[in-house]
Amino acid sequence: MSTVAELSPYLVLILVGFLPNEVWRALGLVLARGLNEDSEIVVWSRAVATAIIAGVLAKLILFSSGALATIPLSVRVGAAVAGFLAYLVIKRSVFAGVIVGELFLLAGGYLFAP
Amino acid sequence: MAPVPSFDTSAAAFFGGVKASLKTVFIMVLAGTYVGIGALAHDFGLSSWWLALSTILVWAAPAQVIVISAIGVGAALIEVAIAVTLSAVRLFPMVVALLPLVKREGMRTRDLLLITHFTSVSMWVESLRILPSLPREHRMAYSNGLSVGYMGTAVLFGFAGFYLAAGLPPLFAGTLLFLTPLSFLISTANNARAMVDRLALVLGLTIGPALAYWHVELDLLWTGVGGGTLAYLVHRLREAVT
Repeated sequence: MSTVAELSPYLVLILVGFLPNEVWRALGLVLARGLNEDSEIVVWSRAVATAIIAGVLAKLILFSSGALATIPLSVRVGAAVAGFLAYLVIKRSVFAGVIVGELFLLAGGYLFAP
Repeated sequence: MAPVPSFDTSAAAFFGGVKASLKTVFIMVLAGTYVGIGALAHDFGLSSWWLALSTILVWAAPAQVIVISAIGVGAALIEVAIAVTLSAVRLFPMVVALLPLVKREGMRTRDLLLITHFTSVSMWVESLRILPSLPREHRMAYSNGLSVGYMGTAVLFGFAGFYLAAGLPPLFAGTLLFLTPLSFLISTANNARAMVDRLALVLGLTIGPALAYWHVELDLLWTGVGGGTLAYLVHRLREAVT
């Protein structure tokens, strides 16, 4: 089976980066013709997109890789919860939630370094 | 958040979009995310121009991370392509939800190519929030302005991360990597005003990791279709009852 190492990085970028990613945008363009923003398929599509994003985010937090994996799981989950609670409490400010979550992660990562 | 602006011309709407993009929370997220991706690209021996081109062509951080690390470990082409395409399924419903907001009478498919390519989580969340309150003739220009602001920032900070790569300590690198899930989680929740969207968010958060934990194949696809459809059915049921 051919691997990415055998081809130029630019060819790899087009073949397995650009094309398999762009195909979904193109599909959306083709299938979106004649739909209006309140149609049921749009409501459903938005729910599917939201669920996929949520799944990706939860996986990034729970099954981290690289440098994030050096921070304990409990600290990562705690930071996400702390950030979300801060968002709810501090006037629904996304920015405040992100700052609080990040500070929690930094402090927790420092205190509970493995 | 700033109040909704109004514009005289399309050009003014475009630059209004660029300006607005620089004031959203996503700009810091993009900067942080692309500093991290820049560092990754440097580690795996790619050039900074390759990274810039990948940001412009792929314009989706998860897919870019997959391709960069795949080149690093020399993975099989078909495996990388499947992983990238699974990470990109979310783009399809986003385009389907976005285009009806910007389309006008007499527009051809090619008029929608650019905004379709620009579709990403950050511009989508902002566009869905702002566009309904703008006159239809300025929506596309405004949204393209948002995207140019976001993409320009991403390219710039990709370069910055690439050249800073030399030595971030793991704790700080981890904090940078955490920016993406944290900020997208909170802003998705902030954007989910309708019950169906909130339910889809909660279902995705629980079903996604559960399927991944049990090593279910195509877990992301099932999370989206299963969780999204379930949320939609509950919404329909509630509408039918009331």
